[in-house]
Amino acid sequence: MKSLDELKKLREKAQETIRLREQTEGTKIIVGMGTCGIAAGAREVMLALVDELQKKNLADVVVTQTGCAGLCEKEPLVEVVRPGQPKITYGYMTPEKARQMITSHIVNGQVIGEYVIAREDTVS
Amino acid sequence: MEFFRSHVLVCSGVNCSFKGSRSVRNALVEEIEKQGLGQEIKVVETGCFGLCEEGPVIVVYPEAVHYCRVSPGDVGEIVEEHLRKGRIVNRLLYRGEAFPKAVQTWEQIDFYSRQKRVVLRNCGLIDPDNIDEYIARDGYEALGRVLRHLEPGEVIGLIKESGLRGRGGAGFPAGLKWDFTASAPGDQKYLICNADEGEPGTFKDRLILEGDPHSVIEGMTIAAYAIGASKGYIYFRGEYNLSIDRLTQALKQAREYGLLGENIFGTGFGFDIEIKVGAGAYVCGEETALINSIEGKRGEPRYKPPYPASAGLWGKPTCVNNVETLANVPPIILNGAEWFRSIGTEKCPGTKVFTLTGNITNAGLIEVPMGITLREVIYDIGGGIPNGRKFKMAQTGGTSGGCLPGALLDVPMDIDSLAAAGSALGSGALMIMDDSHCIIDVVKCFLQFFRHESCGQCTPCREGTWRLYELVDKISRLEATMEDVELLRRLSRTMEDASLCALGQTAPFPVLTTMRFFPEEYEAHIKKGVCPAGICSAVSQTA
Repeated sequence: MKSLDELKKLREKAQETIRLREQTEGTKIIVGMGTCGIAAGAREVMLALVDELQKKNLADVVVTQTGCAGLCEKEPLVEVVRPGQPKITYGYMTPEKARQMITSHIVNGQVIGEYVIAREDTVS
Repeated sequence: MEFFRSHVLVCSGVNCSFKGSRSVRNALVEEIEKQGLGQEIKVVETGCFGLCEEGPVIVVYPEAVHYCRVSPGDVGEIVEEHLRKGRIVNRLLYRGEAFPKAVQTWEQIDFYSRQKRVVLRNCGLIDPDNIDEYIARDGYEALGRVLRHLEPGEVIGLIKESGLRGRGGAGFPAGLKWDFTASAPGDQKYLICNADEGEPGTFKDRLILEGDPHSVIEGMTIAAYAIGASKGYIYFRGEYNLSIDRLTQALKQAREYGLLGENIFGTGFGFDIEIKVGAGAYVCGEETALINSIEGKRGEPRYKPPYPASAGLWGKPTCVNNVETLANVPPIILNGAEWFRSIGTEKCPGTKVFTLTGNITNAGLIEVPMGITLREVIYDIGGGIPNGRKFKMAQTGGTSGGCLPGALLDVPMDIDSLAAAGSALGSGALMIMDDSHCIIDVVKCFLQFFRHESCGQCTPCREGTWRLYELVDKISRLEATMEDVELLRRLSRTMEDASLCALGQTAPFPVLTTMRFFPEEYEAHIKKGVCPAGICSAVSQTA
């Protein structure tokens, strides 16, 4: 270690690996992982999400799962919660759609209307 | 960078280890692999979460769900339900006595919400074997700033201003100690970290070193720069295997990163640390006995003066600081003296780490602001006395501390208030006893410990600890007279005045404080010939 700058660079890199443990108000992607979701391919959707986030180096986005939301017909369901924005629920997700959603919604802020099945207007 | 959607933190502190956290961790890794989740979920071994009573404890992020009393048999359900399907396993959540509703995350648990974690800031949050995780939590930033921007005198000034006092027992101002060592003449100076935590019921330094070893290394390096030392020692209690392993690993990583060794942060300042393991003598926690032990001599205390600050290790100026004191240094540098003074009391700023043991619901490791009352610690954080029994006494500061009765539950827990109440803050041991215990029996037990641990160098302690034991034993056999109590008192005073080191000076403390606060127990044993708790009797006795 030769300088504070060197330490800072190392710290910024290291912070990404433990950001998950800080309780921050960032973007959350929630995948429906009930039996219905899993049967419809939710695991593959989630793996695609995690992989895409890693490729795009989006360490501040948290991926979690939830149980069946009751709308088994439209599984796999993926919800996106961002501070100050309405909650968006996507239905009939596939790994390809999931990757597309990351690029369009998470990176560029463009909700893909075509895939949306619900929009919760209460601002979270 | 490897991206994981979930981190599972398993406590590998010594208390959870006793309860089998290692097999829980192994079962988790195995089950996660078996269910094909290895790419998404990372299992991390971390330091003590503090809620040792409820161990083994695991925490699942990003939800920060806190599972208690986890056994390898629960692992399948946690992986299948929580990690795979996102459904929290309710039956393993923490349930406070006052909260029939299960709580999920740390912050919601009353045990944590009343605490203030400065020293334990990383404990249970990072992997202690990974220096990067320490750096991610602002690790070594304080050291970098000190070496780059501050003169040694300025560092000492800052620590003086913060009001940091030694956390090993005596409560001596840390800045002043540094100043004495820095200004003592001599080209070679030493810094020693005292991790010979021998007080029965104390295990805070052990868990700090297990959970966040780099914070102690960073604190030591800053202290060494301030006093002008190029070489440091950590003197470990011999039984602390895990702490020693973790610290050895941490030292290796710090050297690889150039945070120890020559030319740290390109400033020309060099410092390195050597580990010295003790052989189990209680007296070696006394700084001059500790120094003798490092030199390879018998662990016997030296006469003072000269104090270690002027002539310590190998006769050179030496500063001896406790683990917790040193772990406080990096946060003070980063946040400033003013911040530190805003926590705790005016004369005793900052926090204190306590080990809660005995008859208490949430036994474990806690960190609270100085000056919190004993009542808050026992009832709000500790969850009160279990099994419907009543509080009888609290022993603060370990065996050499005092025993406080229920009438003193509102005494503030800081160095001066406890001393004024006739007890001591000491190293932070807090042993709670309910009304099933007999005071005489408890005191006898402490005296047995001192009798065994006296090093035998000075007469008042060598002889006194045996005679104290014999007199109290006589009381417990219901054979003593009031003259024996008077003799006990006089002997105690003599030992306090005439013993060479703190061992002999404080050994009579439990005797004197119980005589003062529980005179009725002594009288019952002597005048009425009965033990109110029904423990002591004339027949069954052990030596």
